[in-house]
Amino acid sequence: MNPLLTALARLLIFPGLLFAVPAAWFFLWVERKAVALMQERVGPPFMQPFWDFMKLLGKSTPPRPGIAGFIMRAWPLIAVSSAAGAVGLLPVLPLSGGFEGDLILLLALLELPSICIIAAGFSSRSIFGEIGSAREAALSVSYNIVFLLAIVSIAASQHTFRLEALAAMHPTFLTVLGIIAILICLPAKLHINPFSLPNAEQEIYAGPMTEYAGPELAMWELAHGLEWVAATGLVATLIAPHIALAWGTSLLAGCLFVVLSVAVVLLLSVLAAATARLAIDSSVRFYWQCTLIFAVLAISSALFVRFWL
Amino acid sequence: MKFWKRLMCTARRKSPWLFHMNSGSCNGCDIEIIAALSPRYDAEQLGVLLQGSPRHADILVVTGPVTNKAVNAVKTVYDQVCGPKAVVAIGSCPATTNVYIDSRTLAGPLDKHLPVDVYVPGCPPRPDAIIAGVVKAATLLAERGSDSPTPAIVIAATTEEVQP
Ligand code: SF4
Repeated sequence: MNPLLTALARLLIFPGLLFAVPAAWFFLWVERKAVALMQERVGPPFMQPFWDFMKLLGKSTPPRPGIAGFIMRAWPLIAVSSAAGAVGLLPVLPLSGGFEGDLILLLALLELPSICIIAAGFSSRSIFGEIGSAREAALSVSYNIVFLLAIVSIAASQHTFRLEALAAMHPTFLTVLGIIAILICLPAKLHINPFSLPNAEQEIYAGPMTEYAGPELAMWELAHGLEWVAATGLVATLIAPHIALAWGTSLLAGCLFVVLSVAVVLLLSVLAAATARLAIDSSVRFYWQCTLIFAVLAISSALFVRFWL
Repeated sequence: MKFWKRLMCTARRKSPWLFHMNSGSCNGCDIEIIAALSPRYDAEQLGVLLQGSPRHADILVVTGPVTNKAVNAVKTVYDQVCGPKAVVAIGSCPATTNVYIDSRTLAGPLDKHLPVDVYVPGCPPRPDAIIAGVVKAATLLAERGSDSPTPAIVIAATTEEVQP
């Protein structure tokens, strides 16, 4: 098939926008529902994230004159498109294409929304936005070291930066170690408890989002949902597709991908409901002191595998 | 176009986000608002969320008799809420200034300063009355969209028979 057509289909249909947007709403609902059930509540109805999104689209926004206003409006759009691009790159279906080095592109696209959040908080000129952005920046420096080291160690042990090769590899002790390290980083990447301090609701109003309203806020919610899909999807592809490849059909691979992603979402939501928000110094210390050991272990064993075995 | 309008109408009815503004209340009403969101009453079933920023809210929930110190803050926050928006006055204080009537420190009642859409009387009102008031305000929002405010509605203080 024409590689351009395949790329377009991946970006727009599966696992891209047509699949990812409803999945984003579904994951947001699963998160809220899981937290509600843990607190013995009934929780929001199934369509709630969709209704929230539609309602926000219909609201007005405060006037934002000049170039500063234009930049402020641009951040949520950049965040949505990069998160959607990240989802589109995931190697869900066997033999779906891809190119050498797409892992690096995926990591960059996954990182862009958080950079947009930092920039949005500062460009909104709200004191609460600035506090939230500063916290997000501090947090992102600390979890990203672990996150990147874990992924790089998995890639180094396989001699490749190609996602498809990584997805099809056989699980070893090293991959398990890497996946655990990635899972530990996800709550911080998705801003959920115990690392929800960049947008700490009520405490600093809404953090970097404080000044956003209406359709802009809807875009932020969508970007957050897409980040959920991309991040849990990355974990799911690292665990899953070699099984699906063995079974051979695309349909099964897709289903397995969805089931595994939902399982990761449930795991993270239960963790979020069971924990309280940590202060910035404890969060940063957690990543630098406790989790870094994991990552160093992973990368040293990767190098060991690469050069001595 | 008509489909879009109906969709928007449903969305507004199903997703009322609140911003809670205390204008000098005794804290009785504020506790009842929190109770309405707690596991026992669980207003999130109806899509109700308490938001941290007034920019995100649809419904401004005001408690307290609007003191001289608070009146400017109340007006500012009302302007910060993006339209379409509604105001719900929780308790007897914002409606009539209640037990603080004739105090020289008051600028209330609330409807001198803002167009109030729904009153929930009571001192304090029960959580189920508060939820009924918020749902009423959400229905109002859905019906009128971005048009001008409509005459205010008063919610019965409780939706169930009170035992003597
Ligand atoms: S209505 Fe009653 S409970 Fe509510 S703020 Fe006023 S005095 Fe307090």
